[in-house]
Amino acid sequence: MIRTLITPDPFSPEAAMQALSSERDGEAGALASFVGYCRTASPNGVVNQLELDHYPGFTEREVSRLAHSVAARHHLLDLIVIHRIGVILANDPIVLVAALSSHRAEAFAAVTEMMDYLKTDAPFWKRETGPHGARWIEPTAADYARRAEHSK
Amino acid sequence: MTRILFFGRTRDAAGCGEMDCEIPAAIESVADLRAWIASRDPELGAVIAARDIRVAADQCICANEGASIRGASEIAFMPPLSGG
Repeated sequence: MIRTLITPDPFSPEAAMQALSSERDGEAGALASFVGYCRTASPNGVVNQLELDHYPGFTEREVSRLAHSVAARHHLLDLIVIHRIGVILANDPIVLVAALSSHRAEAFAAVTEMMDYLKTDAPFWKRETGPHGARWIEPTAADYARRAEHSK
Repeated sequence: MTRILFFGRTRDAAGCGEMDCEIPAAIESVADLRAWIASRDPELGAVIAARDIRVAADQCICANEGASIRGASEIAFMPPLSGG
């Protein structure tokens, strides 16, 4: 099953992971996950909060489309993607990607690929706010290079 | 009436996330739209002129500057996407 959720509400990655783990069937031998948190510091200094802008309707559709594509390519049994929008306080989780598969290679690869897509292909815009003011964060050359690996 | 949506740094430049406009019939392509907005608001026009600002018409990303936006009920200006 593929589940994607774009939410303004804080969420518990641990609860989502536990639910996924408890639903495992006999085929599921591997669960890999990634949690992204709002940092308290960046190269620009102290971070108080992030603001995630999204395009209602379009963002949900695109994240679902990317998740289905990743799940199919890596033969996943389950994939969960939860992504916060709105104001996210420092230390709070921003994103969870968790993949359940028969073997570890597919689970690891799927999580990495989904995260690389979220960084460059999903309609989100991220603004960091600290004592120095606010600035929009855009993908780096390294983000685009990692994303390009999946097009080969 | 067309709803124009601004995301990321284009929202800051527009001073709002969305506005409703009557786009003249002569404005047919993405390039026409950028130029038309610049003629009404040069500061905003300078921001949305950047090549990395993509345009979506009715939630489909326009492939190039010549793509038609005619008849779209919703047009979005989208800076580089940045989730995760």
